[in-house]
Amino acid sequence: MSQEIVEAPLGATAERQAVLATAGEAPGKDWIIVTRGIKREYDMGGEIVRALRGVDLAIQRNEYVAIMGPSGSGKSTLMNVIGCLDTPNEGEYWLNGTRVSSMSDDELARVRNKEIGFVFQTFNLLPRATALHNVELPLVYAGVGAVERKKRAREALSRVQLDGRMDHRPNELSGGQRQRVAIARALVNNPSILLADEPTGNLDSTTSEEIMRVFESLADQGQTVIMVTHEPEIAQHARRIVILRDGLIASDDRRSAFVEKLGMTA
Amino acid sequence: MPFIDAIRLALQQIWVQKLKSFFTLLGVMIGVTFLIAVVSIVGGMSRYMTEQLVGKIMAVNSFELRYRPNINIGDHDDNYFREMRRRPRIKESDIEPVTSALPEGVLWAAVGYDNLAASSKYVAKPKGVTAFTVTDDYFTIKRMAPVSGRLFSPQEFERGMPVIVIGQDVANYFFPALDPVGRELTIRGIPYQVVGLMEKQGSAFGISFDKFIVAPHKSPINRFVNAHGVIDAIMIQTPSREGMLGTMEIVRQVMRARRGLRPAEKDNFELETSDSALEFWNKIKSYLVIAGVALPAIGLVVGAIVIMNIMLVAVAERTREIGIRKSLGARRRDIMSQFLVESATLSTVGAALGVATGFAFAKLIAAVTPLPAAVELWSVFLGVGIGAGVGIVAGAYPASRASRLDPITALRAE
Repeated sequence: MSQEIVEAPLGATAERQAVLATAGEAPGKDWIIVTRGIKREYDMGGEIVRALRGVDLAIQRNEYVAIMGPSGSGKSTLMNVIGCLDTPNEGEYWLNGTRVSSMSDDELARVRNKEIGFVFQTFNLLPRATALHNVELPLVYAGVGAVERKKRAREALSRVQLDGRMDHRPNELSGGQRQRVAIARALVNNPSILLADEPTGNLDSTTSEEIMRVFESLADQGQTVIMVTHEPEIAQHARRIVILRDGLIASDDRRSAFVEKLGMTA
Repeated sequence: MPFIDAIRLALQQIWVQKLKSFFTLLGVMIGVTFLIAVVSIVGGMSRYMTEQLVGKIMAVNSFELRYRPNINIGDHDDNYFREMRRRPRIKESDIEPVTSALPEGVLWAAVGYDNLAASSKYVAKPKGVTAFTVTDDYFTIKRMAPVSGRLFSPQEFERGMPVIVIGQDVANYFFPALDPVGRELTIRGIPYQVVGLMEKQGSAFGISFDKFIVAPHKSPINRFVNAHGVIDAIMIQTPSREGMLGTMEIVRQVMRARRGLRPAEKDNFELETSDSALEFWNKIKSYLVIAGVALPAIGLVVGAIVIMNIMLVAVAERTREIGIRKSLGARRRDIMSQFLVESATLSTVGAALGVATGFAFAKLIAAVTPLPAAVELWSVFLGVGIGAGVGIVAGAYPASRASRLDPITALRAE
């Protein structure tokens, strides 16, 4: 890759530490995600699994962050917490200025609908629905009228270059196209963050590059992107890389530092 | 999620799995089919009883003074029949005191009848007919008119001339392919001249109302129909339904006085109205309705269990879909209503099919048996309402299970 390395100048370390230190206080509006001392434990048949053991993470608007870590490091749990699919046992989580760590199921559903766009490894499209209908779904739950819904879904599919495939069902689309439908679905409600869980895990390397270029261009347009992956090649597309180990943040680097450590060429 | 989207989604689901959906809604369909069929047939019989059978025997706004009920369909015990046998007959001599007490505008007719054999020279074999002897206002009260010929003249009534008017069946049998008016019919050796042919009266439960002849009360036939000095009934018709009860009370008091009944004693005569004749039918009807509702209810319970089972399977099969929907912002109530609407739609479609087959079934029964059927509009709403209700009840548990699924676990499901 020959393009100029975009560093992560936003949210310099000192500022991050400042926002993380003021427990109980709402962060400034530049901070899209602030987690303070997040702990998550599961009771697996009598045995307590401590998936997150106190995660402090601050992410500003327009950042493009990869969360990495070996399996069992807690990255999936962190993603579920950030995605409001799960709530922490302890600690606070502020999403776009709202404290979501103590919300009810239905409040979380509303937050997922308005603030978060998910992209999954297995795409998670409804198999019997057309691409257009899949993209419409978040708008259905947002209570948007049918005409407006169709219009916005078409626009979102255009943004990922799928104009000609709107009426195709997922099984009539290639893997890359399916993932682009999923991205369109994630973006259709203008979420605060795009949250991708191993977005290229089921794709070949060419298609993976194609999806990464989509993410890149979204980040360039100002979309906050958070991506969970275990592949360094994918992670190094992000501008900031957070590495989890044993439920704690092990490192939090700019891309250049990350690439240097891995000995990769940027 | 808007209701209309939920219904569209539910119909899509049903359409995708046509065969499975059909078997699922079969139970509800059969239950509603029988419900509609029973309601239609009971409704048809009811209408038939009131309008056709009793309506033809009894004239409108009228009652009959008789010594015992004419229409006697009921579960009576021996005491009842013993009491009936002890009753004195209504006499010719009762006519004048009763009818002179009637208010202005009330019509009356003395009526006697019996089955007698008749013969004509056009047909070799004699045949039984129902012979009536009546006074002047009979035809007005019964609203009977001739299709050819005429009714009796006042002179014929007054002198008791041997003239008759006949019903359609009588004309067809005794005067095949002939105009009966002006011809003779012989009853007990006396020839009677046919002066009129009456319009068709129809039939009920396969019994024809056209096998009659009518003669003036004073004609010779009266002595074969009524024992000496006795009559079967005095038919009394008030101008309106409201006046009937008062008029009945007048007649009751006159008769009680003539019979010398003490206040504690019961009437030993009958004032029969179409309502009293229908009393027994109404009793049977209530039993039929209970049976007609209870039996299909079993079908509906089975249908509900099948739907519940299928919905539980659907929830299990679509766990991942539920997870996806939740991740996209579906609340508990969205998932709940999705599955509730689906099971209600499934069941309502079944009920709608049941309404259609139920009507077809009722029509078929009406066509091949003497049982009549009346399709009631309210039963359509009842059937469809029951369908939706069964679906909601059956879907409640699976839907609540679906809505409580944890999104993370649901997303991981295969």
